Amino acid sequence: MSGGIARRAAIAGIGATEFSKQSGRSEWSLAAECVTAALDDAGLRADEVDGIVLFTMESTPEIALARALGIPQLTFFSRIPHGGGAACAPLQQAALAIAAGVAEVVVVYRAFNERSGHRFGAGPPAFAYNPTIDQEYRNWINPYGLLAPAQQEAMFARRYMWDYGVTSEDFGRVAVAQRDFASTNPKAWFFERPITLDDHQASPMIADPLRLLDCCQESDGGQAIVVVSRERARDLRQRPVVIAAAAQGIGDQQISMSSYSRPDIVAMPEVDLVAKQLWAQAGVGPADLDAAILYDAFSPMVLLQLEEYGFCGRGEAAAFVADGHIGRGGSLPVNTHGGQLGEAYIHGVNGIAEAVRLVRGTSANQPGVVDRVLVTGGTAVPHSGAVLEADR
Amino acid sequence: MSAESGTRVPPVIITEDNAFFFEAAAERRLEIQQCAECGRLRHPPTPTCATCRSLEWGVVEASGRARLVSATVIHRPIDPAFEYPLVVGLAELEEGVRIVADMPGVPPESLRDGMPLRVDFATHAHGMLLPVLRDAGAES
Repeated sequence: MSGGIARRAAIAGIGATEFSKQSGRSEWSLAAECVTAALDDAGLRADEVDGIVLFTMESTPEIALARALGIPQLTFFSRIPHGGGAACAPLQQAALAIAAGVAEVVVVYRAFNERSGHRFGAGPPAFAYNPTIDQEYRNWINPYGLLAPAQQEAMFARRYMWDYGVTSEDFGRVAVAQRDFASTNPKAWFFERPITLDDHQASPMIADPLRLLDCCQESDGGQAIVVVSRERARDLRQRPVVIAAAAQGIGDQQISMSSYSRPDIVAMPEVDLVAKQLWAQAGVGPADLDAAILYDAFSPMVLLQLEEYGFCGRGEAAAFVADGHIGRGGSLPVNTHGGQLGEAYIHGVNGIAEAVRLVRGTSANQPGVVDRVLVTGGTAVPHSGAVLEADR
Repeated sequence: MSAESGTRVPPVIITEDNAFFFEAAAERRLEIQQCAECGRLRHPPTPTCATCRSLEWGVVEASGRARLVSATVIHRPIDPAFEYPLVVGLAELEEGVRIVADMPGVPPESLRDGMPLRVDFATHAHGMLLPVLRDAGAES
């Protein structure tokens, strides 16, 4: 592909606050701290930032962050909707802005009190009560009891079980592999607390077939990423982690969290759409990836993404996981930080940071040399993904 | 959230495109949108036909016969609008479109792929009469 954004930009810095269940401070404070940490990591000053890209769900807008950190001039700012599905889309925005010369130092952050403030798992957020077309999809699910993400995604998981003979134990093997990684990651909620398949099977049912240990954390914390041009990154403090590809996708007849009217509700066309763009941009395929960070709001979605991204065939992910491919020592380590099941739920942006550490060789669970890693945003909502790689 | 009932179920968002559904449900009828040009049925409602782009549409009344496509049994968190464990199904109507509805009285252990269902109506949050799914096999 000529032109485009492939390998034009690089991640130069990552920074996070502590991940907790009660930060005891404002989301604005979390945002300011994680951005400062990411700039320090890169060796950049706040007054060098000229772009900020956020989720629409972020409560601290770029204007407030700029004021708090004394960023004097912003020339590029944008926001991406659809929550965790957006996770990698800000990288695409940053790469576009840098490739176009609109900005030189673009900061992405996600900072929230998702556990001590509004818990997504508790039910619809405040904006669900706005009578807009954006929220109209709720008409067809919320009045019947599908109020929270686990309940909405359970419908996909059940159909996946019926179609392919997948079991709760198959979901459990994902949950166990990720808590294993979390158990040796000091930043993880499950640090020093590995789980067994028996623990998984004994954990309470939340929305059948999803058990408690199939569900991601609810967390307070902030995570920031700093993106610059590949050339500029080479002059900064860290080895560049190149954005080889970044893409977004909305698939045919998609409905937020509830694309239940497609003939096959197990398939995720928006994920396939992102995968095809990533492989085309980067000129690589699934066999060229050394590790993957797959958005894991719920463990079945790891299985479905393994299939949709082509790491295995349709209906084969359970066997792929049972064979040990995604765990410690596997051929495709997945969510080496413990994922959102095991580390923290920072809307997927903590997964981007782990992808950066893997390429730098600094993950708490570094599986040897990682030249290239896939990182993805949430599923069931509009999707995003990126391929990050070493600067070679 | 509703201060009166404590439920977190958002009030439905009524538009010119979907009001027919709720008006029919209030009279215990399940109505489905149909393109006036190409005749395709669609649900959830939209202002246009995604196949032929026509803005013209009418409605057909569904028979209420359906089959189960997927289901969940919700244990927690709980909402005062429902009784738990709450069975919720995704049903394909014999006309070919799908609806989500709760399945009061259907035992979780009876759920199976393709089980025959019958659409009924029951009062939901905010006093709305809306579809529920019954086990048609258990009734015959």
